[in-house]
Amino acid sequence: MTAAPQITNKVHTGSKRPRPPRGRPKLRTSYAQDMALLNTPAKRWSTLLLVVIGFCAPLLFTDDLLQVLTLGLFAAIGAIGLNLVSGYAGQVSLGHAFFMGLGAYTAAVLGGDSEGRLVGFGLPIYIWLPAAGLVAAAAGLLIGPLAVRLRGLYLAIVTLGVVFLGLHLFREANHLTGGPGVGRRAPDLEIFGINFSASGGIPGLDWTRDQQLLVVAIVFLIIFGVAARNIARSGVGRAFSSIRDRDVAAAVIGVDLTGHKVLAFGLSSFYAGAGGALYYTVVRIIEPTGFDLLLSVQFLAMVLIGGVATISGAIMGAIFITALGRIAIEIAHVVPFVSTSVAGGGLLNIFQLEGILYGLLIIGFLIAEPRGLYGIWIRIRNYWKGWPFSY
Amino acid sequence: MTTFAQAVLSGTAQGAIYALLALGFVIIYKATHVISFAQPALMVIGGLFSYHFSAVMGWPFWPSLFVAILLGAGLGMLIERLALRQMVGKSVFTMAVITIGVDVVLRVLANRYIGADSRVMRYPGGGERYEFLGLAISHRQLTILAVTLITVVSLALFFRYAKAGLAMRATALSQETALAQGVRVGAIFALAWAIAGGLAAIAGTFIATGSGGSEQDTWIIALKALPAIIIGGLDSLQGAVIGGLAVGIVEQLTAVYQSTYLPFLGTNFSLVAPYALMLVVLLIRPYGLFGTREVERV
Repeated sequence: MTAAPQITNKVHTGSKRPRPPRGRPKLRTSYAQDMALLNTPAKRWSTLLLVVIGFCAPLLFTDDLLQVLTLGLFAAIGAIGLNLVSGYAGQVSLGHAFFMGLGAYTAAVLGGDSEGRLVGFGLPIYIWLPAAGLVAAAAGLLIGPLAVRLRGLYLAIVTLGVVFLGLHLFREANHLTGGPGVGRRAPDLEIFGINFSASGGIPGLDWTRDQQLLVVAIVFLIIFGVAARNIARSGVGRAFSSIRDRDVAAAVIGVDLTGHKVLAFGLSSFYAGAGGALYYTVVRIIEPTGFDLLLSVQFLAMVLIGGVATISGAIMGAIFITALGRIAIEIAHVVPFVSTSVAGGGLLNIFQLEGILYGLLIIGFLIAEPRGLYGIWIRIRNYWKGWPFSY
Repeated sequence: MTTFAQAVLSGTAQGAIYALLALGFVIIYKATHVISFAQPALMVIGGLFSYHFSAVMGWPFWPSLFVAILLGAGLGMLIERLALRQMVGKSVFTMAVITIGVDVVLRVLANRYIGADSRVMRYPGGGERYEFLGLAISHRQLTILAVTLITVVSLALFFRYAKAGLAMRATALSQETALAQGVRVGAIFALAWAIAGGLAAIAGTFIATGSGGSEQDTWIIALKALPAIIIGGLDSLQGAVIGGLAVGIVEQLTAVYQSTYLPFLGTNFSLVAPYALMLVVLLIRPYGLFGTREVERV
């Protein structure tokens, strides 16, 4: 804590934090107000509304939509992690899939049961979730020093190599991972004695698995999201940004490059590990070959399409990219030349359409709106802020 | 000893393909400072062009290859013009990710053509093999080595003596100075992508004539050129060739010896050995064996 808030406390006696004067909600009287998480009334109300809608969603949507949304929210945890290292700290990482895989398998080994040759310890979530993050973070700390020596695209290629080495590892360690083509079951999400992974797990409510998991997803995303926002607006986050913008200049003003690059990789991998562990509790089966380059590219797409160096952007991007498969199906219903069967017929099937959409969205956003979905939101907001004027 | 020499020889033939791909990466990098992740798609599609002309339309092998090179070059120029030209001056990371997007789109289209089975291209030399000092080399491997040698030598001559080659070297040195001297830098970007597309088409064609043919997963082969260029250094042409050959030889040697001497690394470790080699080289030399060290100014 700095001394600044205490000084202002003396001026505004009676309240712990200085508040803007009555009737002038946008007037700042202290630095802390400007840096607050929700620094305008509109943000406070819209966040509250979003959270309320989120918790009501299980009653509003059908199960298949809820599952897509849940997957999107858990993927958002991983996307926030990638945004910390690539968006805030500017260290391009194509290795995110490897860290997610590490987290998912750590969770499965610690939280799952041993069946046949598979190793499992059957520990509760209080152990397997932090462990999933920590094991991935440890691997991230090992990659971190490479980031200190390498720059830009060299680092991107090395992290790409890490994905291939990781895939090999996951394939070979088949008493831990189940082996390619088979995989193993993810652990159940059981918190406070309530099994959210089984339908009707919450006593008194006759909810399905998908309804329950969505509630858990929202809670976890809020925890991880708020933590990441706090990292981003603290000194560490500002050091990350300075390294991204000009690392030599950052070093000159006293930012510890080595420490912060390694820390960025560690934090990002922690998010990836925890996100991966949670994501696969919804997917249920963890298959080793799933952690390939494509998964890394998907997460990169989430960050780029959502908005580089924004937490809300990463969440929007993650939900959007996760829903892309579903969107492709919806398009197939409308457009005649897209077939819904894998066998072919029509010009494209839905998976091919999904792939093409990925690629085109990445290209289109980078060329037309580099700030991503977040940028589109900013444009809409500014339009209404200045309405009826255009400035 | 014969086993060792045989592994090196087979590795060199495979490495020649990587060297062609690596040259494409390096030429694009030198001209535009972008690593093109679209190379895998260009390779697969180049191979499919050859396949289509020879297997479906019944052309002989060499004309198919020639037309595929031209089409591959055209495709490379098209990508540069449509997706990258307007991004000149933006961060290299943004441009690299755009090429990932291009790669994803093109590969979906290529895989749609390939379908479920592999597309094996008939090679005119058949399975003929030659014995030489106890070493066996197939007609196809000899052709790959010869074609790579001719390509590399003609590229070297082009860069040294041709006017366009000189312009490319000038652009690689400094884009603004080259522009001031009357070099059309935009045309150089297009030329670099065209050369890379053509090289990828040659590599793709020879991979399609291999035992596996062109499959849904063939594109992963092109990524092995990435360790090659990293080992050689991103901006070094001879580094790309040496790196490519090194990757091929290391891959082959690992395939032969690893199961006996390092069995704990697991089966098929040879497929990822290039990446392990890359990590080791980078820990010792962060800019590769022949790359130039970046000078940083604030």
